[in-house]
Amino acid sequence: MAAETLSLPATEAAQRKRLLIGALLIALGLGMILLFLPDSEAEQTAKFGMNLVGSAAIKIPDLVVPVQASLYILSLVVVFVGAFHMARGVRSSGALFGIVALAFVGAFLVWATKGKSFSLIGMLSSSLVRATPIALAALCGVISERAAVVNIGIEGIMLISAQAAVVAATVTKSLGLGMLIGILMGGLIAAIHAFLVIRFKVDQIVSGVAINIFAAGITSFISSKYLQEQGDLLNNSGTFPIIQIPLLSRIPILGPIFFENNIVVYLMMLIVIVMHIVLYYTPWGLRTRAVGEHPKAADTLGVNVFFVRYVNVIVGGMIAGLGGVYFTLGSVGRFDEIMTAGKGFIGLAAMISGNWNPIGAFLASLIFGFADSLQVKMQILATPIPWQFLAMAPYLITMVVLTGVIGRAIPPAADGQPYEKQ
Amino acid sequence: MATPPNSQETRNAASPAASPPRPGVARYVSGSAAQALLVPVLAVFVGLLLGGVVIAATDAGVAAAFRAFSADPGGVFRAIWQAVVKGYGALFYGSIGSPREMLDGYRIYLETGDNKALLKAIYPFTESLTTATPYIFAGLAVALGFRCGLFNIGAEGQFFIGALGAAFVGYSISGLPAFLHLPLALLGGALAGAVWGAVPGYLKARFGAHEVVNTIMMNWIAFRLSDWLLTGPMQAAGFRPVTPNIKMTAALPRFFEDPLRFNWGFILALVMAYVVYWLLFKTTIGFEIRAVGANPDGAKYAGINVVRNFVLVMTLSGALAGLAGTAQVLGVDHWVGQGFSAGYGFDSIALALLGKSHPLGVVLAALLFGFLRSGATRMQSLAGIPIDIISIIQGLVIIFVAAPALIRWLFRIPVPTAEETVLTRGWGK
Repeated sequence: MAAETLSLPATEAAQRKRLLIGALLIALGLGMILLFLPDSEAEQTAKFGMNLVGSAAIKIPDLVVPVQASLYILSLVVVFVGAFHMARGVRSSGALFGIVALAFVGAFLVWATKGKSFSLIGMLSSSLVRATPIALAALCGVISERAAVVNIGIEGIMLISAQAAVVAATVTKSLGLGMLIGILMGGLIAAIHAFLVIRFKVDQIVSGVAINIFAAGITSFISSKYLQEQGDLLNNSGTFPIIQIPLLSRIPILGPIFFENNIVVYLMMLIVIVMHIVLYYTPWGLRTRAVGEHPKAADTLGVNVFFVRYVNVIVGGMIAGLGGVYFTLGSVGRFDEIMTAGKGFIGLAAMISGNWNPIGAFLASLIFGFADSLQVKMQILATPIPWQFLAMAPYLITMVVLTGVIGRAIPPAADGQPYEKQ
Repeated sequence: MATPPNSQETRNAASPAASPPRPGVARYVSGSAAQALLVPVLAVFVGLLLGGVVIAATDAGVAAAFRAFSADPGGVFRAIWQAVVKGYGALFYGSIGSPREMLDGYRIYLETGDNKALLKAIYPFTESLTTATPYIFAGLAVALGFRCGLFNIGAEGQFFIGALGAAFVGYSISGLPAFLHLPLALLGGALAGAVWGAVPGYLKARFGAHEVVNTIMMNWIAFRLSDWLLTGPMQAAGFRPVTPNIKMTAALPRFFEDPLRFNWGFILALVMAYVVYWLLFKTTIGFEIRAVGANPDGAKYAGINVVRNFVLVMTLSGALAGLAGTAQVLGVDHWVGQGFSAGYGFDSIALALLGKSHPLGVVLAALLFGFLRSGATRMQSLAGIPIDIISIIQGLVIIFVAAPALIRWLFRIPVPTAEETVLTRGWGK
């Protein structure tokens, strides 16, 4: 970090890093040939399904590719990108690693599918669905941390909202009302968090941990005390129907992925866009970012730091509440103990990988969702690589992102610090 | 200008100006012993009180009494009292046992030499100590991290990996005498945990990557790795995803015969608590660790190698968490299955907070949790109160411990002179 001020060593270090990364990529490309090619046969093909059963989209032919030729091409793409990076340097590290990752995943899929067929669209559409709670958790993180309040209680908020939503929906027989209760519950828990950390200056991470433990306790308590015995009366809500958006859902490939989902998925995508606009193009967004970067300066200019923080944390909680709603009303229609299974934490990782901005967080969530759904599909395809290692990939990616090799994740400057008015 | 150390008021008035609140800092008292104990004890008290409210609110008898409120208003209070006494009575009986049974058992033992009744009577008590054993290790792991300003949220993964390491040494080597095999198995568990802690420590030191995220990621990697190990390379014969049983030469010896599982792990945990205390407060390394925890920039300026301390503390912390899993395998279960580590990660954070990151405090907190957890099983069967009530109480206790202001406000305690100890910092700092 100190090297940035001295230009000469910085460029030299950057040069070394560029050469190193380029060399690693070339090695990866050659490694792919060695890894994937040997156990494929000359005439083998891989068939990728491009249509989804029951979809409104116009049918298109399935994609059939020759295995060996595709593996060669994809490996050479990686080698070429590596060589290009060594020779000229690729400016955008995101583009660089994006291309490499695509080529690698493509090669992997071709290799795993060789001689079989595999529904590509099915996997992509389930990726988006699986990414939904992660993205909502990440968006909750983005909006509160942009106002400098760390919330690692997202997991607990989602758990409580999931339970509240399903019980409310079952009792009132209205999914919409259940969703509303879930969202409000998220806002309520977040409000408690905000109150503790802003008013009482409780350590933000500690408060979040306490919320997680409390949430795990209270939801499991209620579940084993009431829901298990009276499941039909309290814990059987049904799920949101799939809504096909007219016209758009008829587009091949894009239609089944983006325009045939339930309302939670649509709301998630809407929130990504709205949050991006609010954060970067409205006065409120400017105030939020100012409070997150330099609260004292914001205060001097008349921004009410505490008010901005309260509102952002509570709105974040409502978004996480919607994430909780996904688990029950958006997915299985009943509550199971600890059903969020760490998705809130993965959401935090997505937020950091996405560099604290809504679209980045959404894209990072897609990667996690993709890995999640890939792992399930690979269990079905029975590849020689144990699925558990595939499942580790997103966690490893997050750790690599955090090292700053792929561009540094920079948190809001005042993140996690309580503000004291002077 | 120096402030007179004995002038309470001056220090109070001066402290905000002298030490402006540091980023992401939780403060706590660590003055005299009584003062240090005050807030945690009150926090536990309030936690149990609110737990009682939950018990009463969900009790069928209380609900019935409420329905008959107009006829018998006093009945509601009686019902609440009964529900809470029944619940906490069962908790006490389940965690400590009945003193009368113990006395009777002791008398029978003296008269006839038959220890069956005595062992049965002390079973709940020893079981609580057994439950507390991994908590002591795991709590120490997180506490050590806190002392250096590091938040090790990955005790759960380190626990699991440590347990697997110990189990592997325990079952794969045979023919060794116990005095070699047991230490080797302990070492295996500690090393495995240490590796799991060292990785986030190194990434923090070298790249500034926040250990909270990385330890969470390492948890997930640990779960997936253990999924694979338990269904593949380390699976015992048969279809269940569990490891083979360890050889008895690697087991921590038990004090009594079955079903009492109380073993040497508990003694080892106490010894380890002393070692951590000694390391933190009696050695140069400990001084450096605490200096880095209090103020990394200041420590760096004073010539302390901050980076090395980060790696060292995370490694030691991982080793302690690994030992927690190890103690559980070698002392209690003798094999490892899926979900072996469930809950220990968060519990250990609660322990470190409750014990104010002091080894003695951690031991006390671990004993408390051991008794609560162990008793709750009995409470579930006797009083029909789900075991999860303990997590509710735990969450409340953490809030109150972390917000001394809340407790002070509740009980009208004046603000003491406080030393600050850093618990965590924001991301990537």
